[in-house]
Amino acid sequence: MADLRDLYQEVILEHSKAPRNYRELPNANQKAEGYNPLCGDHFTVYLEVEGESIRDISFQGSGCAISKASASMMTQSLKGKTRAEAEKLFEQFHKLVTSGPNGNSGELGKLAVFSGVSEFPVRVKCATLAWHALHAALQGKQQPVSTE
Amino acid sequence: MTSVPKRWPRLQEVRRRDGIFNVEALRADFPILRRQVHGKPLVYLDNAATAQKPQTVIDTLSRYYEQENANIHRGVHYLSERATEEYEAARKTIQHFLNAADASEIIFVRGATEGINLVAQTYGRANVGRGDEVLISAMEHHSNIVPWQILCEEKGAKLRVIPINDSGELIWEEFEKLLGSRTKIVAVTHVSNALGTINPVRRIVQQAHRANVPVLVDGAQSVPHLEVDVQALDCDFFVFSGHKLYGPTGIGILYGKSALLDAMPPYQGGGDMISSVTFEKTIYNKLPYKFEAGTPHIAGGIGLGCAIGYLNGVGFESVERHEHGLLEYATQAVTEIPGLRVVGTAAEKAGVLSFVMEGIHPHDIGTILDQQGIAIRTGHHCAQPVMQRFGIPATARASFALYNTREEVDALVSGLRKVREVFA
Repeated sequence: MADLRDLYQEVILEHSKAPRNYRELPNANQKAEGYNPLCGDHFTVYLEVEGESIRDISFQGSGCAISKASASMMTQSLKGKTRAEAEKLFEQFHKLVTSGPNGNSGELGKLAVFSGVSEFPVRVKCATLAWHALHAALQGKQQPVSTE
Repeated sequence: MTSVPKRWPRLQEVRRRDGIFNVEALRADFPILRRQVHGKPLVYLDNAATAQKPQTVIDTLSRYYEQENANIHRGVHYLSERATEEYEAARKTIQHFLNAADASEIIFVRGATEGINLVAQTYGRANVGRGDEVLISAMEHHSNIVPWQILCEEKGAKLRVIPINDSGELIWEEFEKLLGSRTKIVAVTHVSNALGTINPVRRIVQQAHRANVPVLVDGAQSVPHLEVDVQALDCDFFVFSGHKLYGPTGIGILYGKSALLDAMPPYQGGGDMISSVTFEKTIYNKLPYKFEAGTPHIAGGIGLGCAIGYLNGVGFESVERHEHGLLEYATQAVTEIPGLRVVGTAAEKAGVLSFVMEGIHPHDIGTILDQQGIAIRTGHHCAQPVMQRFGIPATARASFALYNTREEVDALVSGLRKVREVFA
């Protein structure tokens, strides 16, 4: 049996209760919405991109503990990264939450706490919702992205 | 052999002299209740989504495919006759279950959703025009909203919505105000799937009929819990799904008064719904076949008849009493959990306990309960306008069936305490 504490790690619970970068970004030049119609989770990710670099990033919205903590920790990890680095991190994060820790998990840093999600397949969408919105924002997509 | 066995040996034990049935004996009829989930005994409290099936329904489905499978209404051979006989016997069982005046008023469909779509696309398209109104309530399932929206959009008609109060009850005065000369049909749920509210459908029908407006009742959540008599309700259409009534998925019922059904255009064209076809003209079959194009879910229909036979054997009176007791017990028990708020506190309720917990998203509640073997539903329950009405994104919902016990409610309560611990 998967252990609940693998999913609801202290760091995750703490971020879900006090999310970081939880605000609208006044200088945002890119933003995108992520929506999970299955559970009603809804986030907006704001980006201030200069050239290839993410100068600032924030988010707002509502969702479960996993989706909120994931959004919060995503914003922390991506500040100062390039677009390419952000996309690569999303790829690695997606692998982590779908198939568990692997050789490249080291690069994810603190985000590795989400490895427990792989034991709870129905929660993968929660963990990746903000990341899908990020991806859409980086691509300059106007339509809200849906997990369905 | 008939599709609806006359006796279940265990029912003698299930029905006790005091009228309260022996739930432990009854649980033995449902094989899935013996299994474990995540190493814990299954506590199945997601009955409003779908109910579990008794062994007799499961056996009826296999027996049909093993011994009787053939197409109905067309073969002269033995098996086709047998299959037709069983299928039509199920229709009669369902007729008696709803107390419909005639078996031809019982139309097999895929489920409540298809039943509503059928009425919207036939009665609706023939009778609703530009500037007309369709009246629904604020507590409808998406399946009793969207088919009417599609119709209204096509016809230039307007969808009007009866509001509900903070307890989740219809506001009667608003209904009276909204019911007007432009109203062409009223479509309301009998029991709300998200709140558990029992609507006063008999009164609604009386009021609507005074204005010569027909009423469709969505009975998906009521037939498992309340005895339904469509003639006493006097509703014009009534729909329900078999799978919430301990029967198979993919089968459901539309009841309609024969005068209305007769006047309605057909829904889908195809085999079985015709009496003769030429390229110039097709003459439609009589009721109920006019609305049953194509080979239906034969095993499903027979299985549904069997499920109703099982329910009749248990006795509706004891089902109602048992479930009502469980809901009261559960409502009382969860109020002792700090930070928990029940959503839907109507005076008349059936089957459903919806709630939210302060600072904890329903999705997280669902996962933590699941790890303890407890199955509940979390989310918007296909009733997003209800969530909007209460200003919440989602709820957690425990819903009860005749096989649930107070011990299972206790397991739910201790599960919810565990949720609080994780989020402490």
